[in-house]
Amino acid sequence: MLLEVEDLHVHYGKVEALKGVSLAVAEGEIVSLIGANGAGKTTVLRTISGLRRVTSGRIRFKDRDITHLPGHRRVGAGLCQVPEGRGIFPGMSVMENLEMGAYGRSSRSLADDFERAFALFPLLSERRKQQGGTLSGGEQQMLAIARALMARPQLVMMDEPSMGLAPLMVNQIFDIIAAIHEQGTTVLLVEQNAAQALTRADRAYVLETGKVAKTSDAATLLADDSVRAAYLGVDSTG
Amino acid sequence: MKGPQTGIVLIGVLLLCALAAMGASATTAFLLERVAYRPLRRRTTSRLAALISAIGASFFIQEVFALRYGRDILPFPRIMNKTVLFHIGSGEVRTDKVLVVLAAIVMMILLDRFVGTSRLGRGIRATAQDPEMAVLMGVNIDRVIVLTFILGGLMAGVAALLFGTFFEVTQYNIGFLLGIKAFTAAVLGGIGNLRGALIGGFALGLIESYGASIFGAQWKDVIAFVVLVLVLLVRPTGLLGEQLARSRI
Ligand SMILES: Nc1ncnc2c1ncn2[C@@H]1O[C@H](COP(=O)(O)OP(=O)(O)OP(=O)(O)O)[C@@H](O)[C@H]1O
Ligand SMILES: [Mg+2]
Repeated sequence: MLLEVEDLHVHYGKVEALKGVSLAVAEGEIVSLIGANGAGKTTVLRTISGLRRVTSGRIRFKDRDITHLPGHRRVGAGLCQVPEGRGIFPGMSVMENLEMGAYGRSSRSLADDFERAFALFPLLSERRKQQGGTLSGGEQQMLAIARALMARPQLVMMDEPSMGLAPLMVNQIFDIIAAIHEQGTTVLLVEQNAAQALTRADRAYVLETGKVAKTSDAATLLADDSVRAAYLGVDSTG
Repeated sequence: MKGPQTGIVLIGVLLLCALAAMGASATTAFLLERVAYRPLRRRTTSRLAALISAIGASFFIQEVFALRYGRDILPFPRIMNKTVLFHIGSGEVRTDKVLVVLAAIVMMILLDRFVGTSRLGRGIRATAQDPEMAVLMGVNIDRVIVLTFILGGLMAGVAALLFGTFFEVTQYNIGFLLGIKAFTAAVLGGIGNLRGALIGGFALGLIESYGASIFGAQWKDVIAFVVLVLVLLVRPTGLLGEQLARSRI
């Protein structure tokens, strides 16, 4: 397994947000994590990235225990996140945002990486000098994904990449995620858009109030009545 | 040191003084970060807590110097001859004024380039705009923050030497009002914007000087604080502060 999360407990003050979450992602997979608002999806990703401390439990990445590794060193280990809300640096240009993505990398030449980013996102190429804060939501999402790839991660975790985007742009973003996966990057995808998330993934986890309620291959979950009722807005009796 | 120096010796003396001042000031900044800021950062994200801690640390240092050197104004040795080079109207252009202006311009250009183009500079800006996102980019923000303090200390050391050379007095609390005015200049220009702070500093200096000649010199500080209050009321993002205002949301 590339990433293994074992019995993760995380608190905000006295409130237990994660009550023993276990999940795993194998190299080459797309795994989706779905769940209602407040289920704890973002908390899972933030904890894996080292932004939140664990109360108990373990996180292993490439067979190495990273539970207590400082967040900034997890990037160098090959673990990247495109966070909820995209996290574009508003006062930096598109180029500078991309350069930030490669901050932790030792190799100096980024020419190949820029080329790859602009091949995936031709739109960004036209806006190299534009300030991140003035990009549209869709453009920001593209920049956030391109920036994460600058670190050449083995695993990219994305937190609701389709949030707030028009349907056409949503499809485009999911196509890009598929393309990134084709090129060899493993993906852990958090989504409210369960239909897309389950169609595109190999496997999926359903998170309910801080616990994994269900896990299975994505096709099975897509056909599961209770999942269809809760997350796809399909009446199970109909 | 025996009196003012000239030529190559003067340059050597100035550089030596600058190095000593930068060293002392950077060391102080480093210790301050460890003692007065880092422990707070571990516990809270409140910017207000940091500000209060900064003011407290400032009073502490002032009182230590008051105990050691007393509360009176002390003379600062003359380092350079203050030769009048030429006049502009009734204004004297003296060697020490030229030195201050040139040194300030060189420092601003160097700092602007450093923050704008170096890797650490990008780390500093990223940490200022969004610290959690900086971590997700692989930035060691604890290290960036302490290096930023040291950088600030180095700049403050040079500024102190220039101030001493120009005014030739010092006092246990001489930096306090300067610090508040630097803050006013930064607010005026837009917190988090280096070029804004430069413009804000110039603007504040001009407003103070012209205001003093209209209302009298005793109103100088009042004018500076009226400016601070007005900026906070009318345009809290400052003259060039748009970018950071967005990132705060
Ligand atoms: N900073 C915080 N302080 C206190 N409680 C928090 C904080 N962040 C999240 N929580 C709580 O933890 C729980 C899980 O939140 P989380 O953001 O992980 O959910 P989510 O599944 O990502 O939701 P959404 O789909 O709305 O993004 C929620 O009950 C939330 O209120
Ligand atoms: Mg969330």
